Amino acid sequence: MSDLFTYTLRIADSSLILGQRMSMWCSKGPTLEEDIALSNIGLDMFGQANGFYEYAAQLDGTKSADDLAFNRNEREFFNHQLVEQENGHFGITVARNFLHDVFNFLFYTQLANSKDETLAALATKSLKEVKYHLKHSSNWLIRLGDGTDKSKRKIQEGINTMWQFTGELFEMDEIDKQILNAGIGVDNTALKKDWDSLVNKTLSKAKINRPKDAYMATGGKKGLHTEHLGFILAEMQYLQRAYPDAKW
Amino acid sequence: MIEKTIVWEVFIQSKNGLAHKHVGNVHASDKVMALENARELYTRRNEGSCIWVVKAEYIVSSESEDSEAFFDPSNDKIYRHPTFYTMPEGSKHI
Repeated sequence: MSDLFTYTLRIADSSLILGQRMSMWCSKGPTLEEDIALSNIGLDMFGQANGFYEYAAQLDGTKSADDLAFNRNEREFFNHQLVEQENGHFGITVARNFLHDVFNFLFYTQLANSKDETLAALATKSLKEVKYHLKHSSNWLIRLGDGTDKSKRKIQEGINTMWQFTGELFEMDEIDKQILNAGIGVDNTALKKDWDSLVNKTLSKAKINRPKDAYMATGGKKGLHTEHLGFILAEMQYLQRAYPDAKW
Repeated sequence: MIEKTIVWEVFIQSKNGLAHKHVGNVHASDKVMALENARELYTRRNEGSCIWVVKAEYIVSSESEDSEAFFDPSNDKIYRHPTFYTMPEGSKHI
C-alpha cells in the first residue's frame, strides 16, 4: 500500500461514514424540509467519498471503488472516530457535523493547493459543498444555542459529547508527514488555530460554552474505532457481502 | 419547534435577468432557515441562480369574489393588445 493510497482512502472513509450516518436521518428529520436537507448533505458526502475512492482504486490498480467501500472490515477503515458517532437527537447530529464541517472546510481549502492534481481537483469540488454544510450546521448551532432553554441544553450536550473526538482531527502520523513533505498533503496541526477561532466564534454567537480540553480519543487513522463503526458497516455492506458483485 | 414554524413563499430566478417565479412554499422559523430550506427543496436539480423567500402573510391576494370587478372590464378592450400592427418580415421574439 502506497502512502498516497492510504492518505486518499482516509479522506474517502470519513466522507463515506458521515454520509451513511446522514442517510439514517432520511424520513426521520424534525421537519419535512430538514429531512431533505439532511439527506442532501448525506448525498454530497457519498459523492465526495466516491471521488476519493475512485482515485484510491486507480492508485491501487487491483480493487474497484466499490471493493474499497464494501469489502473492507472495521479495522481496515481509517475514518475519524468523530464521524461514526451516533446521530442521537438532532442537537447531537448538529454538533458532530459542525465540528467536522469546520475541519473539512479548512482541510479542503489547503488540499485544493496540493501538488497532486487529482486531490486538488477533488478538494476544490468538495469545498463548494462543504461551505454549504458548514453554513447549515453553524446556523443550526446558533439557532438552537440561542433558542429555548431546552434547545440550548441539547446543543450544549451535543458539543460536550462530541468534543473528545476533535483532538484526532489534528494528528499527524508518519504517512501524513511523508505526504505533507511531498507537497501533496495538508498539515493538520497547522489547521488547529483557525479551527479554534472559527469554532470559538460560532460557539459564542450560539451562547454556548466551549468544553475544556480533557481526554481525547484517538485511533481512527490506525483502524481503531468506537463500537459504532461495526454496526454502520454491517448495515451498509450487507448487500454486497450477501450477494457479492450484485448489480442493479 | 414544528408548531412554531411559519409558511414562506418561494420564488426562484432560473437565470440572471429573468423574473423570479413562484415555485411553492416552505416552513421555517426564521429567514435564514427559510432560504436554506428553499434551496434544499427547490434547487436540487439546478433550477436556480437566485432565491427569494417572502413570509406568506405579506402576500396580498385578490379575492375570487372580486374577479368580475377586477378582470372582466378588460375583456372587451382588445385594442389594448398590440395585435393591430403588421410585423416587419423576419422580426422575431416580439
